[in-house]
Amino acid sequence: MLEIKHVTKVFFPGTVNEKVALEDINLCVNEGDVVSVIGSNGSGKSTLFNMIAGTFPVTGGTITLDGKDITKAPEYRRAFYIGRIFQDPTKGTSGNMSIRDNMTLSLKKGMKGLTFTYNSEKKTLFQKLLEPIGLENRLDDNVGLLSGGQRQALTLIMACMSHPRLLLLDEHTAALDPGNAKTVMELTEEYIRKNHLTAMMVTHNMQQAIDFGNRLIMMDEGHIIMNVSGDEKKSLTVPLLIERFRQIRKKEYTTDETLLTV
Amino acid sequence: MIEGIFVEGLIFSIMALGILISFRLLDLADLTCDGSVATGAAVAAISITSGLPITVSILLAFLSGVLCGLVTAAIHNHLHIPGLLAGILTMTMLYSVNLRVLGNKANLPLVKVDTMYRVFPKLFSFVSPEAASLLGTLLCIVVIKVILDLFFHSDLGISLGALGGNEQVVISLGMSPAVLKYVGLGLSNGLIALSGALLAQYQGFADASLGTGMVVQGLAAIMIGEFLFRTNRISMITLRVVLGSIIYKGLMYFGRKYGYIIGITPNDFKLLTGMLVIISLVIASTRTRAAEDSARKKALQKTKGDR
Repeated sequence: MLEIKHVTKVFFPGTVNEKVALEDINLCVNEGDVVSVIGSNGSGKSTLFNMIAGTFPVTGGTITLDGKDITKAPEYRRAFYIGRIFQDPTKGTSGNMSIRDNMTLSLKKGMKGLTFTYNSEKKTLFQKLLEPIGLENRLDDNVGLLSGGQRQALTLIMACMSHPRLLLLDEHTAALDPGNAKTVMELTEEYIRKNHLTAMMVTHNMQQAIDFGNRLIMMDEGHIIMNVSGDEKKSLTVPLLIERFRQIRKKEYTTDETLLTV
Repeated sequence: MIEGIFVEGLIFSIMALGILISFRLLDLADLTCDGSVATGAAVAAISITSGLPITVSILLAFLSGVLCGLVTAAIHNHLHIPGLLAGILTMTMLYSVNLRVLGNKANLPLVKVDTMYRVFPKLFSFVSPEAASLLGTLLCIVVIKVILDLFFHSDLGISLGALGGNEQVVISLGMSPAVLKYVGLGLSNGLIALSGALLAQYQGFADASLGTGMVVQGLAAIMIGEFLFRTNRISMITLRVVLGSIIYKGLMYFGRKYGYIIGITPNDFKLLTGMLVIISLVIASTRTRAAEDSARKKALQKTKGDR
């Protein structure tokens, strides 16, 4: 479904600050796959997501989604098919608007016209969707009044409302406290299962990466260094993952925890 | 005379509503306003003197303002320069354009022609001419305010609000921020030009330098309004702007009338308006800090109480 071929990204090419963030990345994500992406800081995980979502253009290579070449499509065009949740909870919703207005806008992707979509039928729908996170009676409240966890859960609901072909989760629980992070994570897994979504999730947390989804990708210095799925992934444990990481990179790190947190 | 303050304030409020859209809703500091208000006045004046019906003239003025806004949006969107600079560019260019529109003259008197403010007294002959002017202007404002409120309840209007709060959200929803900026700045400057068209008819002439300092005056009106009451409903926000504009014009009137007692002349008004904006900003930031302070103290007390 999503095919990434020979994607390379070089920041500041031709200057002293030139940095190769991604080098000849090849990746194929199939319909229904749930992929966790893991790697240390600066390994290229976020850059990879930015390339898929279209935040920055690629330096080389192609990205196709459902057979359509989207390499040159602007970010807002790709948003028709790709839902994205950021680490920063304030990025996914508009804080100066009510929950109702936020949800009304996410009913359908694309430019809006002079129409009034919100009605009593939509109200019932929104309340039903908000019930699991306990916000069903706060439709008229400004989103800015919600906690980070509530905002992130709302972003998740809004992203799922438009049935994206691909859901990108960019460390979406990293900025939340452990309790909220757990709730949002459980909701994420529930929505992905219920809506049969294809998803990719970046995480720093190895245990989370092992528990989440059916595939695991490990990145380092702009390369995909590990790509496991199925039974091989199910048998992974944190010490095993660290061991594999060492074998592949043939590097000795004094503390692995500085690179990957357990 | 009291009617005069209200008429001036109401006409002024249309412009303040335009500034509200760019500065507050889109969060885009657009200085096109200083030019487009004069464009509106010039286009309306030249259309009326050349014999076009008043309604058509006003419509043309509105459209000319929309065009000014689109130019600013185009410069901002496609050349990737800040909205502030884009607005200054358009404003400066408009000064020449406005002189051209006025037939290479600095001002154009509207004498011996029918304007809105000659029609209103005939239309509402049951009240005094001053009251008729006020009634007519009030009707215009009510219509504009209702249309604007409706617009901001539509899906497109909500999207404009979302753009100002958080551009990433708009992108994530599959909308192009560039297109929304065209819509927002077009509408904003259309309203501003409409205000200029009404002002030219009310004062009886159009002037190429009519717009100097208008942005700051509009901001002052918006900020006065924000002190009146707190709200997040768009109909109340627009109402607040209208009230703020009338209060601002009232302050200016009393400044003109009684200012001489403390030695203030109309020449000082731009300085005073600027200071009014600065004072409003200071009060607003002090308020926020005080609110944060008390919240901090409360949180501190709570943690102490827990122990």
